Amino acid sequence: MELNKKLKIRNKLGLHARAATKIVKLSNNYKSSLFLRKNDQVVDGSNILSILTLSCPKGTELEVRIAGEDSPDFMEKLSDLFEQKFGEEI
Amino acid sequence: MSNHDVAGQKNMKGVAVSSGIIIGKAHLVDRTKTKILYKYLINDEEINSEVERFENALLTTEQQLVRLKNGMPEHVKEHSFILDSHLMILKDSMLKDSTIKRILDEKINVEWALKKSIVAIRQNFEQIDDDYISNRINDVEYVTERIFRNLSGKDQRGLDTINQRVIIVAHDLSPADTTELNVDRVKGFITNVGGRTSHTAIMAQALDIPAVVGLEAITAQVSEGDILIVDGSTGNVIINPDDNTILFYEKKKFQHEEYKSNIARVSHLPAESIDGHRISITANIEFLEEVAAVKSHGGKGIGLYRTEFLYLRSKGIPDEEELFEDYREVAEIIAPNPVTIRTLDLGGDKFVSKIEMATEMNPALGLRGIRLCLKLPDIFKSQLRAILRASAYGNIQLMFPMISGLQEILDAEQIMKEVKDELDHNNIEYDHDIKTGIMIEVPSAVTMAETFAQYVDFFSIGTNDLIQYALAIDRINEHMAFMYQPFHPAIIKMIKHVVDSAKKTGISVSLCGEMAGDPLCLPLLIGLGIDELSMNSSAIPLSKRVIRSLSIKDARSDLKHVITLGTSREVRTYLLDRMKALLPELVEKGYLHGM
Repeated sequence: MELNKKLKIRNKLGLHARAATKIVKLSNNYKSSLFLRKNDQVVDGSNILSILTLSCPKGTELEVRIAGEDSPDFMEKLSDLFEQKFGEEI
Repeated sequence: MSNHDVAGQKNMKGVAVSSGIIIGKAHLVDRTKTKILYKYLINDEEINSEVERFENALLTTEQQLVRLKNGMPEHVKEHSFILDSHLMILKDSMLKDSTIKRILDEKINVEWALKKSIVAIRQNFEQIDDDYISNRINDVEYVTERIFRNLSGKDQRGLDTINQRVIIVAHDLSPADTTELNVDRVKGFITNVGGRTSHTAIMAQALDIPAVVGLEAITAQVSEGDILIVDGSTGNVIINPDDNTILFYEKKKFQHEEYKSNIARVSHLPAESIDGHRISITANIEFLEEVAAVKSHGGKGIGLYRTEFLYLRSKGIPDEEELFEDYREVAEIIAPNPVTIRTLDLGGDKFVSKIEMATEMNPALGLRGIRLCLKLPDIFKSQLRAILRASAYGNIQLMFPMISGLQEILDAEQIMKEVKDELDHNNIEYDHDIKTGIMIEVPSAVTMAETFAQYVDFFSIGTNDLIQYALAIDRINEHMAFMYQPFHPAIIKMIKHVVDSAKKTGISVSLCGEMAGDPLCLPLLIGLGIDELSMNSSAIPLSKRVIRSLSIKDARSDLKHVITLGTSREVRTYLLDRMKALLPELVEKGYLHGM
């Protein structure tokens, strides 16, 4: 099963180390693969350095693709993470 | 004393920066980077064992990081994400897979392959527009340095693992090193490089332990566990002393401590000259834990609270709450006396682990102090909010470092205003009359002092940097240390100009460099009419002792004379003679440094 969704970076600092750490951590819990696309660059969402090099300041819109059996739950949790600004600004 | 051997005993001489005598065991701290050599692998067997070596090093590194993470105290656990991200970097394909591929394809040793991977990663990061993210390359380097060390079988002991009372022997100690230092385990410091105002010196004085720096090759001469005598008053360091030498220094140590406690006994008395001129003596502190020492040494408040400490720890940038709690506690303990909080002064010689910056050719002239804060308004605002909120709980003053022009004052004031408006809007309490001042430590600020005085509530002269900038002397460079002269007539004239400008406008002026705690400088500073001297707590008792034996009348005539002299040497000789007449025992016993 494959899911696609657009997610926006809402936290002030952008997709920096702490936020990227949370994404990688989350992706380690799932069998599905996560890919993040920005413009014409696609990176593996389980690789912290790849996520960082994607360089996503606040406001960036990412095309997220999750492929695998547990993708629905993964996508839901990932969307929450983006929505909650990676738990940084409450 | 010359460097000569006496039956295994070795005598060395360096720059004395923090007085006192200590006899103890040496603990070597190796902070040098691992050297990387190129090796071409000839057969598959070698290649396979190289890959295996890499995987073992990764495993060891992983175990170390997990141990570090588990060892973090409960209250800092929330910052463990840094170690998580380091663990992830370790497993990242850009690092791991590409290095293995290089070993296999290019038939090169793991060190060289890993180095190539880092270069590739760095190039990727350099293309990132966002400074904050692109600077994460430092995390990658931190992790790989650890891997390199594990590959070379080097010891990973950090300063935090010392469990015996030892004398630290190091090439140099960076602020980042000292933040992880278990301070109550350290009896003294000796280092290869450094001068009177290097970080090691300031740290040692703050902790009130002896230190000798600029010993050039001490790390090569001392072995782990050697017995050392460190005399922080003369700069003598003796490696493996014989019995007679130990006895001699035991006696000297006893005398020194006795003299010190005699002075300390009267340190609660005001700093008042024999003819009734009073001056406020305050303390420079770097962390909350030093506040107790300020009070016990007789400080009338805190003239300089350096706020970098909380930013330098490996945990990341502190949040507003953490800062607020810290400032509030200091303010409450010191109240009703004032606490002058200097806003973040990172950059320059301070290693920045979190707000990472590109390597600068000339960091002292680079992005530092107020410049860095104005460039990172979010971090600056969060600190200002914390300071303002804390001001409701005590007598807080605020000052900006590294001001070089009026525009910076205006920009900083503008941000202050925004923060105040936000607080007002949210009905958060703060001291609406909070005094705001600036550090005068750049020559242009000296020249502009009269103008600046109309915009701020006070000046604080930071002589450490002012001397460095005015004389073009790198204070860390041990070969130039001798030219770093507080007694340079130019410096005295600059200070005089700043004080006169402040007086003319009616604002107060303090001085917070090492000069403030140097007994020889005191007659000049008193003669100038400075309102407040802020120094390391440990220097307060002696400074008070000196001030209480001076007369303002003599101090003024000393100043008048000194201002006519042409060289540092003449100034120093004159002041030394004056001190000899005033307090002979001080000069004879060599207690002139940071006691």
